[in-house]
Amino acid sequence: MNIIVCIKQVPDTTEVKINPETNTLIREGVPSIVNPFDENAVEAALKLKEKHGGKVTVITMGPPQAAEALKTCLAMGVDEVLLISDRAFAGSDTWATSHTLAQAIKKLGQFDLILCGKQAIDGDTAQVGPGIAEWLNIPQVTFAVKIEAEEKKAKVERMLEEVNEVVETPLPAVITVVKQINEPRLPSLKGMMRAKKTEIKTLKADDIQAEAKNIGLNGSPTQVVKIFTPPPKSGGEKLEGEANEIVDRLVAKIKERKII
Amino acid sequence: MSIVVYPDKCTGCTLCVKACAFKAIEMKAREGTPRKLAVIDLDKCTLCGACVDACAKFQAIEIKAEKESSSDLSHYKGVWVFAEQREGKIQPVAYELLGEGRKLAQELKTDLAAVLCGGEEIEEEVAHLFAYGADKAYLLHHDELKDYKSLPYTRAIAEVLTKHKPEVFLLGATTMGRDLAARLAIRIGAGLTADCTGLDIDPEKKILRQTRPAFGGNIMATIISPNNRPQMATVRPKVFRKADKQDGRKGELIKFNPVINPEDLVVKLIEVIKDESVKVNLTEAEIIVSGGRGIGEAKNFALIEELAKALGGAVGASRATVDAGWISAHHQVGQTGKTVAPKLYIACGISGKIQHLVGMQSSNTIVAINKDPDAPIFKVATYGIVGDLFEYVPLLTKKLQELRG
Repeated sequence: MNIIVCIKQVPDTTEVKINPETNTLIREGVPSIVNPFDENAVEAALKLKEKHGGKVTVITMGPPQAAEALKTCLAMGVDEVLLISDRAFAGSDTWATSHTLAQAIKKLGQFDLILCGKQAIDGDTAQVGPGIAEWLNIPQVTFAVKIEAEEKKAKVERMLEEVNEVVETPLPAVITVVKQINEPRLPSLKGMMRAKKTEIKTLKADDIQAEAKNIGLNGSPTQVVKIFTPPPKSGGEKLEGEANEIVDRLVAKIKERKII
Repeated sequence: MSIVVYPDKCTGCTLCVKACAFKAIEMKAREGTPRKLAVIDLDKCTLCGACVDACAKFQAIEIKAEKESSSDLSHYKGVWVFAEQREGKIQPVAYELLGEGRKLAQELKTDLAAVLCGGEEIEEEVAHLFAYGADKAYLLHHDELKDYKSLPYTRAIAEVLTKHKPEVFLLGATTMGRDLAARLAIRIGAGLTADCTGLDIDPEKKILRQTRPAFGGNIMATIISPNNRPQMATVRPKVFRKADKQDGRKGELIKFNPVINPEDLVVKLIEVIKDESVKVNLTEAEIIVSGGRGIGEAKNFALIEELAKALGGAVGASRATVDAGWISAHHQVGQTGKTVAPKLYIACGISGKIQHLVGMQSSNTIVAINKDPDAPIFKVATYGIVGDLFEYVPLLTKKLQELRG
């Protein structure tokens, strides 16, 4: 099976802190990582390759330093990686990003399956996976918690709010995965050494025939007009006293707030 | 399009350097002044705008987009809402969107409409849409729309949106809404903003301003879609209040027979697997009682369940308990689980790691019970109890049961 995995290098948003004086984000020293859901996608691809044979190619659209994220994937054991990078892509929203990735995928020739993480932990939109499917005119299956593939089709279990749903899709298709699908393997020492030696190939806008009107800031239908940090949490009240008193006070407060 | 630092405004304070997640800004020496100048490496810059925000005081950084296109969008009219239905019932989030949609429609001096897809029987639900404030209901009838599937729904809704040209289209940020909106936006060339927590109309430009969290909830971004229509946004359940219900209110029903092509039907539903432990959709619950590692073992979720039952609420869980196999993943709240915003969230034996907080910190009232006084959960708790959950949870349950009589 020829599997393509789309990943994103993101700042580790769980490590981000707020500067208490200015109430702005301190992004200094925040490590860049492979988006956690994308690691699950890479792991899913590697498992499918182990079962069916074939090839796993990982691609990403990002600034030059995104090559580091690709190296992590090489160290996990993927066959090939590709960086799609061009100043022209800066400021892309999900429309432009999904278009750019779709164009790059078209350059890779035949593929059976595209895997993506459910969403990136910085943008948090979950829009690029389905966007790629639409640009490529192939089916999509989102929130996958289990994938069974055979020749030309896949059975996928999706995790919805209250139930799980099992669907069958023809391939090629785009499948986005949730964390519960697997536990990503750690890079091996051998893998890390291989990654270190590999020179990362880069494709630019012209190489993938990305249309100017669909890439970068100007190719993005949505624009960010303001970024601000939400007001800091003041932390609430610690209820003190004897256990029964505390419980009584809590119940009173819950009633006061008209919750019950 | 580009980003520029105005040398005469830059004071060399370095706030922008600290704000840049991509390490794209450096301070360089300049002639004639001891103050260094911020210089942005365009190869690393992604135009995210964080530095512009950090420099709010001096406004020395500006992102310049090319001039907006002057295409005339005035013929796009109407605020539309996707009336999500599951098993023939319209979901509460649709009524919440109608509530907020009405405010937007009033500002824009236009109508509020709902789009409902389904099979034959779905027409019974239309009365609810009018009761909750829709002026018009577009009913998309087709056997293949009875249950949600990405391609037929995208096809049908794209058709009706293209024909009737609303200026705003809102959907719930549920698994259905997110799956649908992402594909639909590309199909019809719309700008889409996910998981909005705030919507308002720019009074001058009469366009939709969409505010939403990013960076795991650490920042808020306000987004617009100036040149594309409709302006699409998904909104999480429980962010907005349901519209007031007026039984008997009338509206205009427009029936629409969408064309579904064979290639839209290639993905087939094989099976639905119900989770017996899930009694209530967590994202719709008004009250949630959650258990964390502190409960010690699987069987102690019984205590959590009893308290939830006494409150008429749902059971949530931290990732640790799900990973340990104590409860199914449908109960998981947090970054890799569900995001919830109930009226009351009671966290029992949950330390409050950031990955959990991002899933519940928008809850209206948060109560935390934890033995550790330094547990981070207390920072977001409205009411904190430093104590043993094995003492407090049964006590609270008993008290509530007494109240109920």
